[in-house]
Amino acid sequence: MFDSVKGIVARAEAAGSPVWRVVLDEEMEDSGRSEDEVRTRLAERLGTMREAVERGLESDAPSVSGLLGGGARRFEAWRKEGHALAGDFIARVIARAQATMEVNARMGTIVATPTAGSSGILPAVLFSAAEELDLSDDDLAQGLLVAAGIGQVIIARASVSGAAGGCQAETGSAAAMAAGALTELRGGDPESVAQSVAFTLQGMLGLICDPVGGLVEVPCLTRNVSGAVQAVAASEMALAGLKFPIPADEVIDVMGQIGAEMDERYRETAKGGLATTPTGRRLAQEVRWEGPEFDNTNVARAEDLAASKPEEPGRGGA
Amino acid sequence: MSVFDVIGPRMVGPSSSHTAGALRLGLLAGAALGTTPKRATVGLHGSFATTYRGHGTDRAVVAGLLGMAPDDERIPRSLQVAREKGLEVAFEVIDLGPGVHPNTLTFALEADERTGTLTGSSVGGGAVKVTEVNGREVEITGEFDTLLVVADDVPGTTAQVTRLLAERAVNIAFLEVTRRKRGGEATMIVQADQSIPRDVIEAVQGFEWVKSVRRLQKVTE
Repeated sequence: MFDSVKGIVARAEAAGSPVWRVVLDEEMEDSGRSEDEVRTRLAERLGTMREAVERGLESDAPSVSGLLGGGARRFEAWRKEGHALAGDFIARVIARAQATMEVNARMGTIVATPTAGSSGILPAVLFSAAEELDLSDDDLAQGLLVAAGIGQVIIARASVSGAAGGCQAETGSAAAMAAGALTELRGGDPESVAQSVAFTLQGMLGLICDPVGGLVEVPCLTRNVSGAVQAVAASEMALAGLKFPIPADEVIDVMGQIGAEMDERYRETAKGGLATTPTGRRLAQEVRWEGPEFDNTNVARAEDLAASKPEEPGRGGA
Repeated sequence: MSVFDVIGPRMVGPSSSHTAGALRLGLLAGAALGTTPKRATVGLHGSFATTYRGHGTDRAVVAGLLGMAPDDERIPRSLQVAREKGLEVAFEVIDLGPGVHPNTLTFALEADERTGTLTGSSVGGGAVKVTEVNGREVEITGEFDTLLVVADDVPGTTAQVTRLLAERAVNIAFLEVTRRKRGGEATMIVQADQSIPRDVIEAVQGFEWVKSVRRLQKVTE
């Protein structure tokens, strides 16, 4: 696996090959899997991702809590009517980012890319690009490889966990992965893939994880939209030849540092941010916890136990 | 770390750390017991303690204890499945202190005469880190098929286990042997690149100096 974007770029440049090829070679060497095996598995993952997007765009089914549902479908209809000033591509991205997150929030099947809470971003960007640019599934599988290489670097240097590093670590990482993939799919060279990562992540630094009611719903779904749009903007800048003055690896490192210094309230504990606004608190009280299919009667309620203990917000190191 | 750990796992939502990662810790805890538990007490530390319910952590943990994979569609109703199978689970909020990873679970499991414990953290994207199994400090990430052998501290035990593995072309990635005191009880942790065959495990169990064998299966991609 890779531990620096610089290293990936150097290897790709030395071999005169695209980033996806370098990541594929490394995977074959690390795992002992053949190229065919890796490609077959990538195609399976792509299939699950596509299914989630399609289900999300079609269904109005509510999330487990009832807070989400139907947004992706409504936005897609609005796009098809031609209302989006931002253009059809961005509108597709916005609809598709919501679609996967809605499926995720109703405990549907998704692919964590790199996490479930950020699983809307990569499929939104890849499938929208496929529709717009007529890309094949083989192309998209190569996009997944580019994204995976970037994700490996972020995991090695920082974190992709909201509990460890806030939302910047989840949606920021997913967006950086998607931006790099999009850039290479559009013919960008390895250096512009690196620039896409830097441009994306610099704009997501400091973003907290503050889920209302502790659910992967609000604001996770709309943060996925923000991340996906940021990824597209970053990729456009990189393809235009713009350079961000701070190298990608340094931006990743500082994301990790900010995450480590982030107050515990802002790391997926639902103890700060939007989660503790008056409306956030009210929604947390009102959400439907149990659908008819759930039965918690043999489970002690952790909050009852918590109520009997003094509140002691320890600072969990990551 | 495989490409498929980053583009994956394929899973039932909504959270890779609080659902898929929690499930994997449940799976490994069940493996530490060596059978499906009848009673489980699960401690929730840090972020797990405050957001476990909205993330379906309770259902995921129970699904893991029942041996389900992260993309098993029965996860949303695993609590029901647990009742049907006679598994009783209690969750409690715990505080392991500030130095412990914010997503950490502790398990105390029972089945008939057996007991098992496990402590582990869900470190992001479905990845896990197990720090304690059955009272022994360990460092297991579920990236390898792992054998945990508790044995008498007598000469030649390591050689006998590694020979069995070598005969089946199983390559050892990491090997750790520790003991509490000379001639007492030794713990051997073997992490392998390949899946450890069942008959090897049975052969190890058959050695007279072996007290217990547990296989903690590979849970990553």
